[in-house]
Amino acid sequence: MTIKKTFGIETEYGVIHRGVSDPNPILASSLLINAYLYAHSPAASGPSAPRPGWDFVHETPDKDIRGFIAPESIAPEIEAHLVNAVLTNGSRYYVDHAHPELSAPECSNPLSVVQYDLASDQILISSMKAAKEVMPPGQEIVVYKNNSDGKGNSYGCHENYLVDRETSFDLIADHATAHFITRQIFTGAGKVGCEIPGYSRSDVPFQITQRSDFFEEKIGLETTLKRPIINTRDEPHADPTKYRRLHVIVGDANLCQIATFLKVGTTGIILSMVESGFLDQKIRFEDPVRSLQQVSFDLGLKEPLQLTNGTTMTAIEVQWWFYEQAEKYVENFGTDHLGGNSVPLVLEWWRKVLEGLESPDNLEPLVGILDWVSKKHILDGFQERKKISSSDVQLAAIDLQYHDLRPEKSLFKKIKQEILISEEESNFATKNPPEDTRAYFRGKCLEKWPENIVSANWDSLVFDSGEKNLQRVPMLEPSRGTREQTENLLNSSNSVSDLLERLEDNKRDD
Amino acid sequence: MTEQEKRNRSFSSEPELEEDAEVSSDALKNSERIKGDLDGLLDEIDEVLEANAEEFVKSYIQKGGE
Repeated sequence: MTIKKTFGIETEYGVIHRGVSDPNPILASSLLINAYLYAHSPAASGPSAPRPGWDFVHETPDKDIRGFIAPESIAPEIEAHLVNAVLTNGSRYYVDHAHPELSAPECSNPLSVVQYDLASDQILISSMKAAKEVMPPGQEIVVYKNNSDGKGNSYGCHENYLVDRETSFDLIADHATAHFITRQIFTGAGKVGCEIPGYSRSDVPFQITQRSDFFEEKIGLETTLKRPIINTRDEPHADPTKYRRLHVIVGDANLCQIATFLKVGTTGIILSMVESGFLDQKIRFEDPVRSLQQVSFDLGLKEPLQLTNGTTMTAIEVQWWFYEQAEKYVENFGTDHLGGNSVPLVLEWWRKVLEGLESPDNLEPLVGILDWVSKKHILDGFQERKKISSSDVQLAAIDLQYHDLRPEKSLFKKIKQEILISEEESNFATKNPPEDTRAYFRGKCLEKWPENIVSANWDSLVFDSGEKNLQRVPMLEPSRGTREQTENLLNSSNSVSDLLERLEDNKRDD
Repeated sequence: MTEQEKRNRSFSSEPELEEDAEVSSDALKNSERIKGDLDGLLDEIDEVLEANAEEFVKSYIQKGGE
């Protein structure tokens, strides 16, 4: 069955602490986030006011969840020791292992994902500024939106898609694998060198993606070791009887807006096609992990990839096949469940980008549209201008600095890019939630009653009205809790007790 | 709804698709302009690049993630 798609994107940023002899990335990440929270807390509540923490009750990254938590009174949560905040735009800002991570709020369409992905970057930029102001002179924390340190350590940019629980997961995995292997030609952020043991920089001076070196399995639960192309974590953050959340760990973090837009937009359409039973054939790779790496290494975009039926296809051919199916699908099934009027734009850019990639000897028209093409453009120009070899360390430095989020240092910012979302729109999204998902209710409650929210997570809020036990409000439907559904309720409630009472009344009426 | 309210509403909800967001035939930029842009970028890149490339690359270490 086809369900309305909900999208999410979460980014772990690279972080370095300059001006100290023994940098500690966990401390640096905490400092960064705390500095932001301190600088941006509402004047009324003040920086020392109690701050809603993250509620881990539904976090079960290591197992399937089939249970169902009904509204009930609960004891206060013990706060995790690392910084973990929920922002008024509905996102979660926290320290994940040794990185600052921003999990953007649930979005109803790919354009909204681009808007909130950019908002996340803006929040990190504001955090760097805020941290610099409270640190001793000479010290600075710098944030990079990339996925690798070039030394075998990787950190992720994960995507999330709400999918129908009834659709066979094997079927989803088969089609998604074919897409993830081949979409790299437009989702790749580019990388100097290779981090697969046994490969040297002279073997692979430059490749299309940051991430493909780190994948060793076709399918599995891991995210840090033996990473799989298809991640099977079953943690829907929604009604588990109806939904799965496909957690995608194989993508690169993108700076080009079109690359993010296509990464999420094309994947959403393909998942819906699978749910609808629209795809009548399967493209299956003989060796998916090898093909993933073949595509990333193949700057000529011509590598034949071995299929299980004995034939071969190139990445572009596979993408054209998906594109043609998607065009027919949208014609037949419409766009309402896929993100409305941003869907035709996804199709249009998908076609334009594939057409552009058909001329691998002249990719200049895709500069500012795809990250790997933009980065390579700078690297090639620099190498030619400076007359240096392809193994020069300056090229590795340029690779890193492409992703530097400081506006004055970012090499990406030096490229003119195609714009879908204005700076005004992404700034707005740093404080305000999307209006057409449950993130609206989360964000607005946090804005209005920060002192009454004990903790929050994706599918519930825990309120302390001061009158009785703590109360959990479940939000198991990602597309409910929108502005249309809750604005009046929020505006007319004078207190949290009032809000909770009205919610109870609504429930009885249902 | 007044014009102002309409604008605010559409601005704060789903981002509006501006006319120039459509993919026109010249959206894929012409290569001469792109070459010119690159020349400009390379002219000023030394001022922006980290002073010691080798030290910068060596010290960029990220452990633990996901």
